[in-house]
Amino acid sequence: METPGRIPNDGVQSRRRWISLLLGSGVLASIASFVYPAIRYMIPPPIGESTSRSVVAASVNELKNNSGKVFKFGSKPALLVRTPDGDYRAFTAVCTHLNCTVQYRSDLHEIWCACHNGLYDLSGRNVSGPPPRPLESFEVHVQGEEVIVSRSA
Amino acid sequence: MPGIYRRILKWLDERFGAGAVEEFLRHKTVPIHRHSIWYYFGGMTLFLFVVQALTGILLLLYYRPTPNDAFESIQYIVTQVPYGWLIRSVHSWSANLLILTVFIHMFSVYFLKAYRKPRELTWITGMFLLFIMLGFGFSGYLLPWNTLAFFATKVGTEMAATVPLIGPWLLKFLRGGEEVTGATLTRFFGFHVAVLPGLTTLLLAMHLLLVQRLGMSVPPGVERAIEEGRQPARSMPFFPNFLLRDMIGWYAALGVLGALAAIFPWELGTKADAFASAPAGIRPEWYFLFAFQTLKILPAKILFLEGELAGLMGFTLAGIVWVLVPFLDYKAGFGRVTRFFTGLGIFALGYMVVMSALALR
Repeated sequence: METPGRIPNDGVQSRRRWISLLLGSGVLASIASFVYPAIRYMIPPPIGESTSRSVVAASVNELKNNSGKVFKFGSKPALLVRTPDGDYRAFTAVCTHLNCTVQYRSDLHEIWCACHNGLYDLSGRNVSGPPPRPLESFEVHVQGEEVIVSRSA
Repeated sequence: MPGIYRRILKWLDERFGAGAVEEFLRHKTVPIHRHSIWYYFGGMTLFLFVVQALTGILLLLYYRPTPNDAFESIQYIVTQVPYGWLIRSVHSWSANLLILTVFIHMFSVYFLKAYRKPRELTWITGMFLLFIMLGFGFSGYLLPWNTLAFFATKVGTEMAATVPLIGPWLLKFLRGGEEVTGATLTRFFGFHVAVLPGLTTLLLAMHLLLVQRLGMSVPPGVERAIEEGRQPARSMPFFPNFLLRDMIGWYAALGVLGALAAIFPWELGTKADAFASAPAGIRPEWYFLFAFQTLKILPAKILFLEGELAGLMGFTLAGIVWVLVPFLDYKAGFGRVTRFFTGLGIFALGYMVVMSALALR
């Protein structure tokens, strides 16, 4: 039996629920609209990768046989090695294990990472220790007095 | 004088309620038994944390968190500023002793099973405080912007990149970009002086409140001995009896800190160079050595996982088990002897000691 003019109890209930839903989703949406920019703010915009595909790594007389040099290639360090035979090789100097900067070991004739004792041979292959992948290699050209390293096309 | 003292007390009492402060102080007692020595390490950790906060604020007066200035500003602090060498060395030494006392506190609580019901939350807040202290160590280590710190941060943040799904995002969040740069230094500075202290304050308040409310835990062995009447239940008031004993320890710690700072000043090393090779013999701070040695030993691939991911997953799992130990070892709460968890603790401690020793070889 319904009394005229009186809203049935479950009607109030469902209207309440409807209003709570509206209010709740409104509050959630506004929280999301505050949080989203804050989270996006935490990640910086990407820096344009250096477009230079080649760089002068050293001058011809700079490196003796069986020695190496770290140079700046774009935003990352790279390694120029002169083998005991006098050939030039170039690789990224960023260890594939955990990002340390590698160096040439003239006593081992290999490329070594001091952080966790990883070793690469003179082709950049990971031969011992934790590195999971070989070092990326670059092309080396000697032009006049300059040793030029470039990314393989 | 006693008149004024009494009047001030009365004034405070009228505002805080009848003897509330006194009641609060009198509530806590410290049990006396053969393991009582371990009760000192929580207070010692708190004291060293206060030393860190105070010396940290002093360092902030001169430190500049940019790659061009950071190293030079610390050089300036230790060479030009009066007593700068003292403040900086005390901050570094106290940080290391703090990590040591945190670990002693954690392991003593673990082995004496003080995490038993109803102290689960005390243990969990304590574990989070321990993680935060390691975060303080890791972020503070980069701030001098020297070579060791630079590569330690490279390796440490690269570890984060191996986390499945969110790894690359996490890496960029931590480094403030793809590489460890000045952006990373700025972020780590913010974590070190704002985010972590804020979190610490919150967790520490909870931790201390729980200790105050639940009182000190009595180890199961001692509890049984008391129940069987083999030993009387003895205790002393925390205030002032135990606090005074605590303070003797703190006073001694200050002496040790001063001596360490004067005799073994903390090294600054060489300024970080993003385009130099990692130096030979590089290794992290002693409290990360066990993780470092694990990474060194792990092969490139374990089954289908990359070695470092497997290592990271192992440590994460161990960390989760450690945080949840009050629930896993719930039987200890009923007064049962749980040798498995004691064994697990011995294994964990042994692993950390052996791996650290191997790394120092």
